[in-house]
Amino acid sequence: MQNLLKTPTGIKGLDEITDGGLPQGRPTLICGGTGCGKTLLAMEFLVRGATQFNEPGVFMSFEEKSDELTKNFASLGFDLNELIDQNLLTIDHVHLDPSEIEETGEYDLEGLLIRLGFGIDSIDAKRVVLDTIEALFSGFSNEAILRAELRRLFRFLKDKGVTAIITGEQGESTFTRYGLEEYVADCVLFLNHTVYQQIATRRMRIVKYRGSAHGTNEYPFLIDQQGFSVMPISSLGLDHPASNERIPTGVTRLDTMLGGMGYFRGSSILISGTAGTGKSSLAAHFINAACARGERCLYFAFEESQNQIIRNMHSIGINLGQWVEQDLLQFQNARATLYGLEMHLVVMHNAIDQFNPNCVVIDPISNLIATASESEVKSMMSRMIDYLKMKQITALCTDLSLISGNPERGEINISSLMDTWLLLQILEARGERNRGLYILKSRGMAHSNQVREFILSDDGIQLRDVYIGLSGVLTGSSRDNQEAKDLAEALDCQQQIEMRQRDIERKKLAIEAQILALNTQFEAEKDDLIRLISKEKQRSDTLLLDMIAMGKLKQADAPPPSHLKNNELGASK
Amino acid sequence: MTLLDNSPANPEDRWLLRLYVAGQTPKALHAFANLTKICEEHLQGNYEIEVVDLLLNPTLAKDDQILALPTLVRKLPEPIKKIIGDLSNTERVLVGLDIKPLRQKNQRESDHD
Repeated sequence: MQNLLKTPTGIKGLDEITDGGLPQGRPTLICGGTGCGKTLLAMEFLVRGATQFNEPGVFMSFEEKSDELTKNFASLGFDLNELIDQNLLTIDHVHLDPSEIEETGEYDLEGLLIRLGFGIDSIDAKRVVLDTIEALFSGFSNEAILRAELRRLFRFLKDKGVTAIITGEQGESTFTRYGLEEYVADCVLFLNHTVYQQIATRRMRIVKYRGSAHGTNEYPFLIDQQGFSVMPISSLGLDHPASNERIPTGVTRLDTMLGGMGYFRGSSILISGTAGTGKSSLAAHFINAACARGERCLYFAFEESQNQIIRNMHSIGINLGQWVEQDLLQFQNARATLYGLEMHLVVMHNAIDQFNPNCVVIDPISNLIATASESEVKSMMSRMIDYLKMKQITALCTDLSLISGNPERGEINISSLMDTWLLLQILEARGERNRGLYILKSRGMAHSNQVREFILSDDGIQLRDVYIGLSGVLTGSSRDNQEAKDLAEALDCQQQIEMRQRDIERKKLAIEAQILALNTQFEAEKDDLIRLISKEKQRSDTLLLDMIAMGKLKQADAPPPSHLKNNELGASK
Repeated sequence: MTLLDNSPANPEDRWLLRLYVAGQTPKALHAFANLTKICEEHLQGNYEIEVVDLLLNPTLAKDDQILALPTLVRKLPEPIKKIIGDLSNTERVLVGLDIKPLRQKNQRESDHD
């Protein structure tokens, strides 16, 4: 089975939502209200065809003259004259003025076909635009002839094998005022331009595309200096890769809180907090660390200018200016109210495609939210986040929550789309406000459930443990007070212990002295005893000697007696 | 390009008409027949008809802003006027070519007789 051949438009995003481009060799109808970009889309189709695919094109204009077109498109960077000189483009302006034309009897539009046919043949065109052919209806009064001739025209285009774009003005209840969709049955694109809360958004929808799969949503599109771009979101889904790589948050203690390693690469991080809680500073730490690793960062700022951010971050010791100079960091500053949410996302999309960053900061995301309704925001944000995840870009979004109300409610419930959610909260007590940081959630990692005090110093962010004691959670000077008090108590205790230790020491010395004295006394007594014993021995020895001497003197024949005998002798004496 | 020169007596009042066709279609032949008839009746030889076949000169379709065929263009006297169709409605052709005053002049002349 042969698939429908397609002609790529070369227009950013359009080929993705049409699954490859417009039906080849067939006409496509683009309809929409005034000023919604039909002519631009059609012309860009030709210009891109000529420049990117080497397919010459014929632009038949029923409204603008060729020099007007040339001027209009010069502002978008398309040099039509150059393409005309290279035989890649032909502009044929069809001048129609009903007041100049008198109709008498039968006629046909063979002249138009000859013109078109000549235009196509002269440059061997593959693409044709008729903008907008409905002008014929105001130029000719015989509608029966006109309709028959239009049918012939479209058949002629198909026979020529050109891929054509027909534009048509939107009607009251039909896609085009004169029902052109009746003739162009293959592919119909509808452009619209809606204004919600004073902010205009352009959107595109594929009404039908015979024989092809296509996205059915309304896709926002943008017209800027590079021309037309459609946000290519149809191809996105929940099948993006999930990296196990972790990237530091730029704050060591916060890494520790997040399982010791920081965020997941390619995850989305939401930092919520009321005004002045240090959301941007936390973001600045993150990109500072990323740039220091040599990664590229894109910073979307909706409240501050680039210079202001750089200056402010200097005050906490972060030099973002150096990364800008090294082209690792790029700022995209715009007021949120400049255009609608979708437009912002398209702009962001384009910026991301151009800069190709590793990390993206959106500061603050809540400003974008204010420009659209809640359901829109959620769908657009999920598309954006899916897109970033697809590209494995780590996204850090800050979210300004209102002072009143529960911060955990989460603005427009985008928190459910986020992987890591940090909450910065003001802890107000005893006449001062201090910042506290919680991790409300962090998917796929063990993380701390503790509140940390968040301190902005000259050297950046520091996280400190808060005082959790009998008197509750204390931060700031209360914490310092409490800590001083604790310290004093501890010191006191320490001193008491030392005093007791000294007492004991003294007691020990005293006891030891006593022991020495007793010992001395004991020794003295013992010496006395020994002396006594030896004295006695001496006396008895002397006595024995005396007896022996006496025996000798008495000429005793008895041997010298034993000691006992001596004693007996002595006793018998 | 076919020229049908009927030697103008007065160059001031000379009519230059150009008929655009694409090949010898019945409508084209019809238109040419109707045109010569009207011219003979109302311009009395003071006209010139140029027939342009766009199949032979397709560039002229763009240059002369031709869409419908057949188209009759009054090149002279100025301003340029365009009439499309097979010229079967004589009354409208006369209005379209602004020939009426001439005929009225003729009528006035005949009144004087």
